[in-house]
Amino acid sequence: VLVKGLDEGSLEGLEEQLIGADFGVPATLRLTGVVETLAERGVARSQRDFLRAVREEIVAILSAGRSDTALRFNYEGGPTVFLIVGVNGVGKTTTIAKLAHRLTRQGRRVMIAAGDTFRAGAIEQLRRWAERVGCEFVGSEPGRDPAAVAFDALEQAREKNVDVVIVDTAGRLHTQGDLMKELEKVHRVLGKKLDGAPHETLAVLDSTTGQNAMAQIRSFGQLVPLTGIVLTKMDGTAKGGIVVALKEEFDLPVKFIGVGEKMTDLVPFEIEQFAEEVMEA
Amino acid sequence: MFDQLSDKLEGVFSGLRQRGVLTEPMIREGLREIRRVLLEADVNFQVTRDFMKRVEEKALGERVLKAVSPGQQLVKIVHEELTSMLGERRSPLALAPIPPTVIMMVGLQGSGKTTTAGKIARKMKREMRQTRMVACDVYRPAAVEQLQTLGEQVGVPVYAEPGSQDVVGIARRALELAQSERDRVVIFDTAGRLQIDEQLMDELKRLKEVLKPAEILFVADGMIGQESVNVAKGFDDALDITGVVLTKMDGDARGGAALSIYGVTGKPIKFLGVGEKLDGLEEFHPERMAGRILQQ
Ligand SMILES: Nc1nc2c(ncn2[C@@H]2O[C@H](COP(=O)(O)OP(=O)(O)OP(=O)(O)O)[C@@H](O)[C@H]2O)c(=O)[nH]1
Ligand SMILES: Nc1nc2c(ncn2[C@@H]2O[C@H](COP(=O)(O)OP(=O)(O)OP(=O)(O)O)[C@@H](O)[C@H]2O)c(=O)[nH]1
Ligand SMILES: [K+]
Ligand SMILES: [Mg+2]
Ligand SMILES: [Mg+2]
Repeated sequence: VLVKGLDEGSLEGLEEQLIGADFGVPATLRLTGVVETLAERGVARSQRDFLRAVREEIVAILSAGRSDTALRFNYEGGPTVFLIVGVNGVGKTTTIAKLAHRLTRQGRRVMIAAGDTFRAGAIEQLRRWAERVGCEFVGSEPGRDPAAVAFDALEQAREKNVDVVIVDTAGRLHTQGDLMKELEKVHRVLGKKLDGAPHETLAVLDSTTGQNAMAQIRSFGQLVPLTGIVLTKMDGTAKGGIVVALKEEFDLPVKFIGVGEKMTDLVPFEIEQFAEEVMEA
Repeated sequence: MFDQLSDKLEGVFSGLRQRGVLTEPMIREGLREIRRVLLEADVNFQVTRDFMKRVEEKALGERVLKAVSPGQQLVKIVHEELTSMLGERRSPLALAPIPPTVIMMVGLQGSGKTTTAGKIARKMKREMRQTRMVACDVYRPAAVEQLQTLGEQVGVPVYAEPGSQDVVGIARRALELAQSERDRVVIFDTAGRLQIDEQLMDELKRLKEVLKPAEILFVADGMIGQESVNVAKGFDDALDITGVVLTKMDGDARGGAALSIYGVTGKPIKFLGVGEKLDGLEEFHPERMAGRILQQ
C-alpha cells in the first residue's frame, strides 16, 4: 500500500485507464499524483472519489486559459477567413464541409477553397462537398501553388459577397520542411490580402493519434499561429486524452469534435462531457 | 522513424552498460525506465506490461546478475524480446498459386489504404505483373477519382462503377474481368471504417467471401496511439487479416504501433509507408528494425 486509502491496485488501474486513453506519461503521472495527494490527506477514499478527482482536474485544466469554442469572425469589413491545417488523413477536408454546412445553416454565405492541389482527387473531393452543402467553391488545377488558390479565393469572396471563406490545405507531416514553408506562405498571403486574416487557423487532429500529436501541434503552431483544434473521429473507440497534455503545453482550445463522416457530424467541444467520457471504462 | 524510441532506450542502456555489477534494484530501475520509454512511444499498455514481464523474468534470472557484463546482457535480452515483438522474420507479399492474386485493403478512415493500393500496384507492375485496381469505396466523396488518378500515375487500369453502391457486385464483376483479362494481381480498395461499425464490417466479410483474397492488408496510421490494439484486433477478428501496412512512417512517429499490432494479432507487418508519393513503400524487416531501435 503506497498511500493510506489507496492500494497499489487502484492506482495502477487509474494509470492504465489514463495511459490507455492516450493522456501520455507526464499527464498521467500528474493526474495520479493529484489523487495520491488527496488520498494522503484523507479527502478521497474510494475508487469513485479518485475518478471524480481526476475528472475535476481534467475539467480544471481544459477550462483554464483559452477555452472558448466560439469561432472568431471578422467584424472589420470583408469576409471571415478560416485556414484548416493538419497532417495527412486526419479529416481536414471533411471538417471543412462540416463547418461550411454549419455556417450555411446559420444563414451565412460560405465559400470553400481547394488549397490542396497535391493529393490525388482532393480538389474533386472538396467540389463534391460544396455541392452537397450548397456553398460556393473555388477550384484549382492539380499542382497549382496553394497560396495562389488562397489569393483567388479572397478575390472571389469579395466579388461574390461571401461571409466566410474556408481554405483547405494538403495534408503534410510536420517534419516536412518544404511543405511546412508552403503552408506558412498560404498563411502569409491571406494576411497580406486581408488584414486580420485568417481569423481562425484550426489544426485538425485525429483522436486515434498518440503522443505524436504533441509534435504535430508544436510544429504547426511554430509556423502558423494556431487558434484552435478540431478533434476528429471521436465516434470511434479512441478517447482523445492527448488534448489534456496539449492544453497544458500550448493553451489552445478544442473548438469542435468530429463524430462521423456526414456533414452534420460536428459538435462544439464540451469540457464536462469530455471529462466524463474520457474516464469511462 | 523510431529515432526517439531508439535514442531514449540507448540513454537507459548506456547507463546500465557502464556498470560492472548490476544489483537487482538497479535492474528494476532500468526496467522501469524502459517501460516508460515504451509507453511514451505509444506501445500499448497491455503489450508493454507483457513485454516487461518477459524481460524482467529473464533479466532477474541468474544469467544477468552473474554475467561478466550484465548491462550488455540486459541489452541482449531486450533486443531478443523486441525482435520477437516485431515478428521475427520478414514476411513477403503472398502471391496466389493460381492467378490472379487478390489483395484487399482495409482499415480505419484516412489510414492510407488508397495510397498504399497505388504503391503496391506500382511495385507489382514494376515486377512485370499485370495489375488492376478496383474502386470498392463507394462512400467517400471522390474516392473513385482518387484511385483513378493514382492508376494513371502508375499506368495500371482501374475498374470502377461510378454511382453504384453495390460493393459486392462491383467486386464480383471486377474479379470476372480480371480473370478474363488474365491479370496477375488485383487490388481492391475499400472505404475506411470503424472496427465497431457492424454494418460496414459485414460488408467487408461479404467482400472477402466473394474475393477469397490471398492478402487482406490492414493499413494503420503509424502515428496511432493506444487504440492500435483495439482497432487491429477488431479488423483481425472480423476478417482474419493476413498482414499489416504501417503508413506515414516518414515522419517522426515513434513506432509504438509496430510493436503493438504484431503483439496482439500475430499478423506480420509487411510494408511501411514512407511518403505520399507512390515510391514511398518499404519492405518491413523485423530484425533490422529491432536493431535500428536499439542502435546496433
Ligand atoms: N468516423 C469518422 N471519420 C471521419 C471523421 N472526419 C473525417 N473522417 C473520415 O476520415 C477520412 C479522411 O478525411 P479527409 O477529410 O479526407 O481528411 P484530410 O485531412 O482532408 O486528408 P488529406 O487531405 O489526405 O490529408 C475520410 O474517410 C473521412 O470520411 C469523423 O469525425 N469520424
Ligand atoms: N507522409 C505520408 N503520407 C501518406 C502515406 N500514406 C498515405 N499518406 C497520406 O495520407 C492521407 C490519407 O491517405 P489515403 O490513401 O487517402 O487514406 P485512406 O485510408 O484511403 O482514406 P479513406 O479512404 O478516407 O479511409 C493522404 O493525404 C495520403 O497522401 C505515407 O506513407 N506517408
Ligand atoms: K470516442
Ligand atoms: Mg484533404
Ligand atoms: Mg481511400
